Parts: sequence; C-alpha cells; structure tokens
Amino acid sequence: MSSVELGGPPRTPDTNAHPVELGGRPPRTPDTNAHPAQDQLDLLESEAIHIIREMVGELDRPVALFSGGKDSVVLLHLASKAFWPARVPFPVLHVDTGHNFPEVLEFRDRTVERLGIRLVVASVQDYLDDGRLSERADGTRNPLQTMPLLDAIADGKFDAVFGGARRDEEKARAKERIVSLRDEFGAWDPRNQRPELWNLYNPRHRPGEHVRVFPLSNWTELDIWRYIERENIELPSLYYAHTREVFHRDGMWLSVGPYSQPRDSDVVEQRLVRYRTVGDMSCTGAVESDAADVAAVIAEVAATTSTERGATRADDRISEAAMEDRKKEGYF
Amino acid sequence: MVDLAPELSEASRLRSTDGTGAKGLLRLATAGSVDDGKSTLVGRLLHDTKNVLADQWAAVERVSRDRGFTGTDLALLTDGLRAEREQGITIDVAYRYFSTGTRNFILADCPGHVQYTRNTVTGASTADVLIVLVDVRTGVVDQTRRHLAVAALLRVPHVLVVVNKIDLVDHDEQRFSQVTEQVRSFTAGLGLADVRTIPVSALNGDNVVEASANTPWYTGPSLLELLGTIDPVRADKDERLRFPVQYVLRPQSAAVDPAHVEYRGFAGRIAAGTVRVGDEVVVLPSGKRTTITGIDTADGELEQAGSGQSVSLRLAHDIDIARGDTIVAAEGAPGVVREADAMICWLAEVPLRARQRVLVKHGSRTVPAIVAELHGRLDLGSLEAEAVDAFDLNDIGRVSLRLAQPLPLEDYGRSRAGGAFVLVDPQSGGTLAAGMVRFNGNGSGPGVPKLAIEWEI
Repeated sequence: MSSVELGGPPRTPDTNAHPVELGGRPPRTPDTNAHPAQDQLDLLESEAIHIIREMVGELDRPVALFSGGKDSVVLLHLASKAFWPARVPFPVLHVDTGHNFPEVLEFRDRTVERLGIRLVVASVQDYLDDGRLSERADGTRNPLQTMPLLDAIADGKFDAVFGGARRDEEKARAKERIVSLRDEFGAWDPRNQRPELWNLYNPRHRPGEHVRVFPLSNWTELDIWRYIERENIELPSLYYAHTREVFHRDGMWLSVGPYSQPRDSDVVEQRLVRYRTVGDMSCTGAVESDAADVAAVIAEVAATTSTERGATRADDRISEAAMEDRKKEGYF
Repeated sequence: MVDLAPELSEASRLRSTDGTGAKGLLRLATAGSVDDGKSTLVGRLLHDTKNVLADQWAAVERVSRDRGFTGTDLALLTDGLRAEREQGITIDVAYRYFSTGTRNFILADCPGHVQYTRNTVTGASTADVLIVLVDVRTGVVDQTRRHLAVAALLRVPHVLVVVNKIDLVDHDEQRFSQVTEQVRSFTAGLGLADVRTIPVSALNGDNVVEASANTPWYTGPSLLELLGTIDPVRADKDERLRFPVQYVLRPQSAAVDPAHVEYRGFAGRIAAGTVRVGDEVVVLPSGKRTTITGIDTADGELEQAGSGQSVSLRLAHDIDIARGDTIVAAEGAPGVVREADAMICWLAEVPLRARQRVLVKHGSRTVPAIVAELHGRLDLGSLEAEAVDAFDLNDIGRVSLRLAQPLPLEDYGRSRAGGAFVLVDPQSGGTLAAGMVRFNGNGSGPGVPKLAIEWEI
C-alpha cells in the first residue's frame, strides 16, 4: 500500500433527492465565550464525527448499517453532521430479517429518502426462500443475519462498515476496538486485536478484509437518549410508551404479530409498553413503561436496574457467550 | 514532582467542592500483573458505585455458584470473553463506563499477562489517570516498572499505585510504606508529574470507595475519592492551533441546501489550541499563509472553537489543501521534517530491525518511512539503554526515522498531538508500534541521537 492522499471533492451521493434540513434543532447562537465549555455530549459528538470523517477519508467504499434502531439513527445523524453542508457520502445497509416491525421499516425508508441516501437491503427471507439458510428451531432470526450481511459487504465491495454498537451494551462488545479488523470470512478475533493508540485510527487491511467501525463505542444508553433529546432526533414510535397486544415469555413482553405467535399456554393481554431495543420481532421484547416522550425515557433509563439487552433480547440469553460467538462469525 | 505523601492538600481542597455539578469525563486505564487482583478491583469499583445492573449481577452470581465458589467472584463482571471466564484471566482491553453522580468515567481495563505492554500502551495513550496494581506481598516487580515507564513515556498526567491485598498482610502499615518507598525510588528518575500510592483490599473493599477502618494509619482519600478530585487534562493550555485536515468539504451538487453549492471548507478535529475567525494560519507542509474566515458546524457558525471540537474551517485564500495537510497557528508554527528521532513501543510479533520499511501515521497523514537506526532498547531495571540488533514484542527503545514526505512533527514532551504517531505495516496494514517524537532542541529540528534514555518529560 502506498501513502494515502485522499481528499478533493466528496463522493457524489447515490440519489438526487431534494435537499433537506438536518434534525429539528435551531442553530446555536455564535459562541463568543472566551473558553466555550464542552459537555460530555459535545465531546462524544466530536469524537464520533472525527472517526466517521477519518474512515471516509482513508477508505474507498464505506457503508453504514442502518436498521432504524435508535443507535443507528444517531449514527446517521452524526454522519450527516460530519459532512454538512454536503450529504452523507456513502450508502446505508439494512439486513432485513423479514420479521421487522412495520413502523420501523416505514421509518427507515422515510429517513433515507429525507437524507438523500441510497439504501441497500440484504434480505434474510431471500436466503430462507432459496435454501441457503434454514429457520432455527427457536424461530429467532437474529443469528441468521450474518450470512446475508457478509455477502452484502462482499457484493458492495465495502471496506468500512459503520455500526452503532456501543461497548456498554454487552461484555463481548466491551472488548471491541473502535476500528476493528474483519478477515475475509468476516470473523472477529478478539485475542488478536490491533492496539488502538491515541486517536490515530488505523483502518488499513489486505484485499478481501474489511473494518467494522463503531463511532458510538464510548456512548452509553443514557448518552444516546440525552443526545436524541438535545438534537431533537425522530425515532420510530415504538420506542415510546404505547398500548400493545402482548404476551409474557421468558420474562419479556413479546408483541402479538405474524412472526411471534402466542402458544396456547400464553396469556395475551393489552399492556402499556415500549421497546428499549428494536430488532427482530420474534426475539425483541418490550418493557412495561409509561414513558411517552424523550424526557420520560431518559428518567426511566437513568433509574433502570437492568441492561437493555438483558431486558429485551432473547438471543443474548441463550448463553453467557452468545454475542461473542455471533461476533466471531461476522455478526455486527 | 513526585508526590507520594498520603496527605493530599490539593485533593482535600478539591473534595470540598464535590457535589457542585458534573465534573467532566475522566478517562482511566488500569495495569497490573497476573493475580494482582485487577479485575476484582474493577468489579469492586463498579459494584460499590452501584453501576452493576440486576441482570449483570445475577449472571455473575450464577456463574460463581456453578463454579462452586463460596462467594461472588467480582472479576467475572469484567471478564467478557468465554476464554477469560473459563481460565480466570483477562485477555484483551475491556472498556467500562461508570458514574458516581458527580462524574462519569471511561475505564480501559488492560490485562497484565499476555502482550501486556501492548495493552497498557493502548489504554495509557488516552488516559488521564493510570491505575497500577501492586500486590503488597511482592511489591514492585518487573511489570510494575514497565507500567510506570510506559506511563512516563506516554506522559499520563496522573498515576495511582494501588497497593492491593493489604488484608493479606494484616493491614500492616510497614509493608505499605516499603512498597511506597520502592515506587518512590523507581519513579524518581522517570519524571512523572503525579504519582500516589493507596493501601487497598479490592476483595474486601478497603479504601476503594470509602476510607477503611482497617487502615487507621492511612489518612489519605480512598481510590474513588481521589478519582473524583482529579481534573481531566484535555490539552495543554498554552498550546497553539493544530488542525489536521481530515476531509475537504466541497458539496457542489451534493449540497443539502442550494446556498452551499459553492461551499469549500476543511473538516477536522482541533488537536490542540483554539481557533478564532480572523486568526492568521499556515498550511503545512506547503507553508502557505492565510486567514480563518469561518468556523462551521452543522449547527451553525462559531466565532471560535477549542481543542477536541470537530469543525470545518473556511479560509481567505483559495489554497490547494488536501486531506493530510495541517492548519496551524501562524505564530509558533512547527517546521516540517523528513527525519526524526523517536521513542517507540514495539507492539508486533515480528521483530523490528534497522532499515525496515514502514508507514507513519501522524495526524491525518500517512507517509512511507524507513526506520534508519535502532539506538538502543530500554532496560527496565537500570532505566538505561542497551544496544540491540532488533526490537521484539513489547520492547521500548529509541529509533531514527527517515520520511518519504515531510511531516510537521513536534516533541511529544511539548505536545501529545504533535508528537504522537503510529507505525503501520505496509503489507498487512497492521499496527506495529506507538511512537513519540523526541526533539532535543525547541522543536526546530531533529535532535542529536544519544544512547542514554533521558526523559525530561
């Protein structure tokens, strides 16, 4: 590899959608304070923007994973701020399990159109239909996302894959670098990670390899929500309290829908719930909550006694190392 | 100045202002040898500050029970990988986030045994505070010296030596004083700004969150009290603007607003100093001079911005600027050099030999380079250089670099941002070394290579 001297004009975006404004926050008044104080969210925002710009500057074909979940929404918001007044110079990728919440898919499509970004969808259902994958006995599809994800990365020749994963989510993710190498099988080798020094991120890799990049590594769930409030970021409605037909299983409230059917022994009831994470309907649980707006959610998250994945993800309860095992296989 | 006295007048003064509001994010890194009880200490910190949630605690209790432990093993809170839990060891740096109400912490938990320097260097490079664990029964050992040397080399502003397992020596003041004296004599020559020792039992919680009745002879603050008093160091106050250009923003037809079709700005994060509209700046390496006409963010224009902020700068003149260039304050602008003398920590399995070809990443620029000479490896016992033919994994030593293109390098002792770089393998892309530029003079040129390690940090 020779030295990198990228720069020059930004990439042309993939669509020519009409220009739109970012977020809903009014511009800050110019700061004439001699030493403008930066709070924690300012620091985290600047750090994430630095990481995003650095990868787009160093690599040829970045892509961002975008599910419509809160972390990926924040990630995309940061990307649009990083390149303002230009549009986000890379497409987004969604691995659709086929069991997604309809309101989240609607939100996804509306968001990429608003920002003028190309959306690439990798469909788990396609893989099931033609036999490359088969349904698991437990019916969850989250672990099935890995193969379509890796194929989409290879097909798109993507060399940097941004994800919204945070280190506070899960103990295997706590071991993750901000810029993390994946071999040509997409595998993560936690025992042989590159040292990450100062903020000199090194995304170089051999052909066929790629890097996963996690600009939100140092954010906590509470930081995410405070930022959503500060930036007035829209989220899918199911993050806020609503009445839903649910049944109780494994300590979680599962939504009654085409992909998560109650068994005869399950009691179906109407409950006021919200989702702390958004994923595959068959394995993502709701929590009982009356938090109907951002401020109420912040208060709830600040006082919570359980982790978001512990509370809401069946797939992470399979074993102590469920996430680690999925990540080694190439999962995000 | 080395301050190992348990009486901390500054800490007491700062402690009295606790509770007045958010005190900013503090970045910690831990270092210790195998079995020093580091994971237990981190688990204790998380647990006693009530940062362990119910489901995490339930999982730890369950695993402890399954293993037949009599109590709950706090170390299981931080050991995230299957192999770590199975072998009872820590393998890779893990990052933890905890809060005490007045302050939020990011903790890089760096394991002590495998690739230890590599992990410690990783954690220490961004740390405000390095917590070094020592077993009171064994005192300062080779790895302790290595960790302290790394802290000095990377200029970690604060070092807290946690003298652990004080319960196993009956909370004996004498033993603690002996270890403190060992630390003092080793660090005397290192030039660390702030070193303190604390007697702790991570297992029982003595002096971790609250002062312990078991050590009445220790009148200093607990570990957490101390952490609450330390001010995070974001940048040296007298540093001037250093702004590595990451990306040139020229929206043209990709503008989100037609008003910005002609926009041209230079995006980056301020590595040091501040920038104001109207400031005179120089673009390196070209040396062209111009003026700041605008400081932009997606939220609007700023009159000025400081270290750590990601912004986009507009300039008065239409100068050719690309990613990798650095915009610096016209006053005190660094020179650009093609040769440099540096301390490096070698972090790769393959040894480094003279004349090896590498890439140097500094700021936002990556240039080919040759490691022209190895000037000696640091012997941790004597803190002196020894002549070697190669650097092996975890070696710390001094080298001369020849660069294919000029870089605005500065002495790391004067500017972390201007002096830090990494060496990258041109073939695999792997990260080979952490580097810190050394200039003997005032930053005007490369220093005269000397064999002795003289760290006037």
